[in-house]
Order: sequence, then C-alpha cells, then structure tokens
Amino acid sequence: MKLPIYFDYAATTPVDPRVATKMMECLTTTGNFGNPASRSHEFGWHAEKAVEVARKQVAELINADPKEIVWTSGATESDNLAIKGVAHFYKKKGRHIITCKTEHKAVLDSCRQLEREGYEVTYLTPEANGLIDLKKLEAEIRDDTVLISIMHVNNETGVIQDISAIGEMARAKKIVFHVDAAQSAGKVAIDLASMKVDLMSFSAHKIYGPKGCGALYVRRKPRVRLEAQMHGGGHERGMRSGTLAVHQIVGMGEAFRIAREEMVEENQRIQQLRNRLEQSLMQLEEVYINGDLEHRVAGILNISFNFIEGESLLMALKDLAVSSGSACTSASLEPSYVLRALGRSDELAHSSIRFALGRFTTAEEVEHAIHLIPDKIEKLRELSPLWEMYQDGVDLSKVQWAAH
Amino acid sequence: MAYSEKVLDHYENPRNVGVLDKNDDSVGTGMVGAPACGDVMRLQIKVNDDGVIEEARFKTYGCGSAIASSSLLTEMVKGKTLDEAGTIKNSDIAEELALPPVKVHCSVLAEDAVKAAIDDYKSKHK
Repeated sequence: MKLPIYFDYAATTPVDPRVATKMMECLTTTGNFGNPASRSHEFGWHAEKAVEVARKQVAELINADPKEIVWTSGATESDNLAIKGVAHFYKKKGRHIITCKTEHKAVLDSCRQLEREGYEVTYLTPEANGLIDLKKLEAEIRDDTVLISIMHVNNETGVIQDISAIGEMARAKKIVFHVDAAQSAGKVAIDLASMKVDLMSFSAHKIYGPKGCGALYVRRKPRVRLEAQMHGGGHERGMRSGTLAVHQIVGMGEAFRIAREEMVEENQRIQQLRNRLEQSLMQLEEVYINGDLEHRVAGILNISFNFIEGESLLMALKDLAVSSGSACTSASLEPSYVLRALGRSDELAHSSIRFALGRFTTAEEVEHAIHLIPDKIEKLRELSPLWEMYQDGVDLSKVQWAAH
Repeated sequence: MAYSEKVLDHYENPRNVGVLDKNDDSVGTGMVGAPACGDVMRLQIKVNDDGVIEEARFKTYGCGSAIASSSLLTEMVKGKTLDEAGTIKNSDIAEELALPPVKVHCSVLAEDAVKAAIDDYKSKHK
C-alpha cells in the first residue's frame, strides 16, 4: 500500500489508464492531432470524427442527443456559460434568478456578477440535512424569475437534490432550469429524456478524465437559448468559440463511456467501503455526519469530530489525503460556507473532514484509515481544552468567549 | 500548509500539556480565543514565592500552528518573572516558529494567553 492514501476523489480523480491511452493517440505526428475545424483535409476530418464519437459517449451517459452537448474547459466554464448566458439572453423577460447557498462557487460567483449587473438573486437556505425544501423553492418563484440553478450532488457533503421534482416545477412555470452535475455524472443515474433539466454542467476530471475539459448540455426541445460568453470562430454552434481540445475531449468521452458501463457495480463497491469507514468512525464519541444519510452519493463521507480543529487533524492524518471545512485550510480563513448553510455551528464546521472514496480506493486503504484515526482523535482531544470542558460537563454554548 | 520543522516538532511532541489547579492561589489561568473562530488556547502558570514562573501547562484547540505556538510559549515563560513574561511579544513566537503570514494570528493569541494568565494570577494577589 502506498502512502499517503488518496481520499480526495471529490476534489479530482486520477485519469483512468484507459482514458490516458486514448488521449495519447491524439497528440503527435503519428496521432490524431488535427484541428476538427479544418474542413480541407483528412487531419481535420479525423479529428472531427473523434470529437463526435466523444460527444456521443457523453450524451449516452445522460441519455441526451449528442447535438445537445457543448464542449467547454470544465464545469466552472459550463456554469458561467449557462447562468450568464441565460440571464443575458432572457433579460427582457425577467431579471430574477433562484439558486441555493450550498452551490459551488462557480454558480454563486456567476450569480454575484449578475447582481452587479442589476439582476436579483434569491439564495435558498437548505434544510439541516442539505436538501432543499421544494415548497420554499416554489414560494420564491416570481413572475420575472428566468432561471433556477441547483446542483445535483453537493461537492462537500455528497447530498443529492431531487432535480426531477425541481425540473417539473420549473418547466410548469416556464423557467429555465440549470443543474451543476460535476459531482453526479457517473455516480447517480441521469436521464435527460425524462428529467426536465434545460442545462447541465459536466466536468471530465471528476470522473477519471483529464482536467481542463467539460461540457454543457443545452436542451433542444424545448429549445434553450444562450448568449455566448466566449467569442471567436463560432465553434460549438456559436455557443462557445475556441479550437476544440481534441485529446481532452476524447479523454472525456472515454471517461463517460467507462462510467456508463461500470457505474452500477463501481458505486456498490465504493458504497460498501464508505459504509465500513463510516460505521467504524461513528463508534467514536461526539462525531457527527454532515448531510442527509440517505440522499447521498456512495463515495463521500463528511464528518465532524467535535472539539478538534480540522487542520490539526489533517496534520495528524498526514498519511491520508483528505480535505477539511476548517477555516485554517481555506484562503479566506472562513469555515465551510456549505456546512454553515446547513445550520452547523462554526465549531462543527471547523472540525469537519471530507473523505471522498473512488475507483481506485481499496479495502486495505480503508482499513488503514480506520486503524489510524481513533488514536489521532484521542491525542488531539487530550490537547483540547474544549474536550476537557465537555468531559467536565461544561455547556460550551454558555461560555463567554473572547472572540477575536 | 507547509510548516517549518519547529512547528512540526512542537505539534508532534507538544511540551507541557495538561492542567494545573485553577483554584490554587499560586496558579494563573488565561483562556483566550473562541471555538467559533477555530482556536481556543488555555495557558496556566504556577508562580513561586519569588515571583518566578516555575511551571506552565497548556491545552489548545486549534490548527497546528496554534498548538505549536502555545507549546513553545510554555517553554518560554518557564523561569521568567511575571514582568519578564509580560514582555513576550507575538513576533518572538512567530519568528521562532517561522510562522507563515496567515498564521501570525496564532502567535497573537499566544501573547494574549500569557497576558491573561498573568492578569489572573495578579487578581488573586491584590
């Protein structure tokens, strides 16, 4: 077993070797290196063909038409294109957008930008389990609401939103519905023939494809219109100009093909490992799982170890590559905004660790983590004045702290 | 976060962890920070009849540099008079541990902790 162990598959994934092989075939003189926009020779035709195969592979995972797939540089660009593109195109119809506080920053910051341009944005607060109350969402819909943007799976907690139900609501009111599916593709079944989603963002590197590549699904029936955010050669039917990165796109296609063929089996295996880890850690005192236990993807376990600060725990767990909601691990020195939106106290947000398991996680690695963690927790709690006070029966919420 | 060897050493082998009897007249206790901010530091000093700190104990909830700062602090105050200990500056701790700029507040907290402990001791001996 190699140390450190990678438990951060929600941040990124290694490229599957099968994907890497396909990508390498698109680079050098003997490979498929042409520009798919070159119409005058074979190099271009071959490249275009490879891109169209990949487009079909992506579409097949989500049961969409390949013509509905627009290549981008990643889910962040897809989110920007979807949100700003729709808002700008439909601005005469209305200037109100609904999203949720636990969205990815690519969605939240795109919405903030639109606010600066004069749009109004409602940021829904999710329930304590991370799920959106559909009645509260419905109550925020106005006559001038043009867009609802809700992520499918949350990157920190793994909570799965009911996008089918939200889609029904949005369609009934003729509001465009965008879903950030960066964390759900290949993990949760997506059927865009039945789900009333108008726009969906995808990333390659979250599902064993390369970084720097993504896609935006843009529904054709009923047709959704976008204002392009990137201007140039009119690629991707004018929605996203720029020479297509053939090797990246081919890699993303292959990654989506593998996901379609293997996801059911893979998710079962990962869920068993996650459950083993979770059940073992839940034996410890004062630990809390963040996010709904049922509506959650297989690979993610977000757990707070009360009375221990997350960054110090990361230091103790240096053989495990995990991430924390602690302020000390963020550039902003603020604890996780996602956990705070769930109503978690700052203490529990500071104390949170996200384990994200994936395709290459083994039972041996999980057992190593299970063996390692309890000792480290005990050691850090021995150092913690809060743990001592808790043991002495002090109610920490009643203590007058000197906040700084 | 890439920490210095000294931070890692104090984090891995914290000095003087523990508790002194806070009701003992010779003990001063300083607790600073707040759980919501992600760090709480408790420093205790035991002062002998000559006004010299002969023992120090800490417990800290916080990141690695907060733990290291308080561990180092217990070593620094030992053997100092109250007046000498009162002159410890956060920059002394930050420099000794080579704290990165975003972690300087941990050393500020340590300076606050020693001042609070001295104040507590003095309030018992008015």
